[in-house]
Amino acid sequence: MTTAPPFRIRIPALGIYYVGLIVLLYLPIAILFLFAVNAGTVLAFPLKGFTFDWFLRLSESTAVLKSALNSLGVAAGSSLVATLLGTMVALVLTRSPFRGKAILFGLSVLPLIVPFVVLGVALLLLFRAFGIGLSLWTVAIGHSIVALPYALLIVTARLAGFDPRLEEAAMDLGASYPTTIRRIVLPNIVPAMASAWLTAFTVSFDEFALALFLAGTSPTFPVYLFSQLRFANRLPVMIALAVLLTLATLALLLLAERIRRVE
Amino acid sequence: MLDRRPTFWALTLPPLVWLGAFFLTPLAMMAAFSTRPDLRGRLMDPWVPSLHQYEVLLSVPSYGRLLAISAGLAFVVALCATVLAYPVAYYLAFRKGRRTGTLLILLLLPFWTSYLLRVTAWKFILGSSGVLNSLLLYLGWIREPIEALLYNRQAVAITLVYVWIPFAALPILAALQRLDPSLLEAAADLGAPPVRRFLRIVLPLSLPGVLGTFFMVFIPTVGEYVTPLLVGGSRGSLYGNIIQDFFTKAANWPFGSALSMVMLVTTLALLAVAVRVVDLRRFIE
Repeated sequence: MTTAPPFRIRIPALGIYYVGLIVLLYLPIAILFLFAVNAGTVLAFPLKGFTFDWFLRLSESTAVLKSALNSLGVAAGSSLVATLLGTMVALVLTRSPFRGKAILFGLSVLPLIVPFVVLGVALLLLFRAFGIGLSLWTVAIGHSIVALPYALLIVTARLAGFDPRLEEAAMDLGASYPTTIRRIVLPNIVPAMASAWLTAFTVSFDEFALALFLAGTSPTFPVYLFSQLRFANRLPVMIALAVLLTLATLALLLLAERIRRVE
Repeated sequence: MLDRRPTFWALTLPPLVWLGAFFLTPLAMMAAFSTRPDLRGRLMDPWVPSLHQYEVLLSVPSYGRLLAISAGLAFVVALCATVLAYPVAYYLAFRKGRRTGTLLILLLLPFWTSYLLRVTAWKFILGSSGVLNSLLLYLGWIREPIEALLYNRQAVAITLVYVWIPFAALPILAALQRLDPSLLEAAADLGAPPVRRFLRIVLPLSLPGVLGTFFMVFIPTVGEYVTPLLVGGSRGSLYGNIIQDFFTKAANWPFGSALSMVMLVTTLALLAVAVRVVDLRRFIE
């Protein structure tokens, strides 16, 4: 990444461009942060003054907190399923020669490509047709499908860089294939699985497009945030929580990145 | 090998069953449901398959037009995001010194903050009593708020470009990092000036990454419905929004299913084109 090119390029101009773009990318997020500590309920200039009130009021806003807890549960469950299933597919794809490999791979990453609105209404149709009421479970099922490709790609990348001869050696020494997977393969891919789990978790936690169709009466945080957008006086509290959640998400992602690097 | 067989199935069956039940079955049911001619009876009452919904869809030109508009908007968004991300990828690929990894993470972090929140931020920025208007009023640069900023397709396009830029840099960066520096050295030794080296070596060799970025932004954006919902208003709605409308407000699920099928087929067709174009480039390489 750091190999210097043996020719002159106008790096200073590009550096300025990079900084400008970063400023533009962070400006809208910074404005939200400003909203969370602004004393007025409408975000407009001039600002009304600095306050931590919105954060303090969070503890009284049970509906907001409830929706965040809902999201937490959905994300924890769906990311677990996505990671387990994604790891299984990754193991099969990298370790077993079989026909139909391309089909299994295609099927597993296709949820990334199918538009969320299409998958959302299709799942809605499925649940309605079988008389399954909408709930956090239905949201979690949807999220497990769209998070699976992420988990698959992360674990596959790790398995591809891991010498299959280790497994062959174990099996030559008399270990059965399940034992080899348990004793040799799994310990080696645990960091990748943890990273996959954290990624799937954040994917689910932020997901709105599917959840809007699949959430019943108990909303996830993004769905609740969306429903509150037209009530200006309730917004600052929502934004305050969103700011806290954003910081938590970023912390999780940096952790995932660090785990992945450590391997 | 005998030992492997049960393990193979133990590993393959659970994902297959799960994806079959909650990914393929819903899509297949939607395909079946789109052949339902009317709304009579309960959801799963048997029906005689017909192409009635597709006939309606084709007879009303505004649906096709909206799909074309959505594809056009996605095309422009993908083009802008790719062009804007290229210099950043170039900078990160060739800059000297350490901390390049940190600079990359700094670029990617916004992509991992809540999507809904970033789109919402633009609603606050562009609104008639929003940040931009109130700032301009406060500074005395305008007399009354500019209404035209929010609730149109431009607002949707701007927001989407903003959302995609961090991600768009990744495939280009990967392509640039694979570039062999000795090629540039050779070109310089043979007297090629910098602009020529860029146009004849760097740009062609980074083309797979550029095309990768373009399609990775273009394809999902065609089916986008959340951003238009928030910053598009009624004038800025896209094809995805009418699908949503037919499943919620209008509650005409068979017609909504037909609209969805058209969306799905369009997406898969674009994917087929993308796979061909990007792979072809690799092949030439």
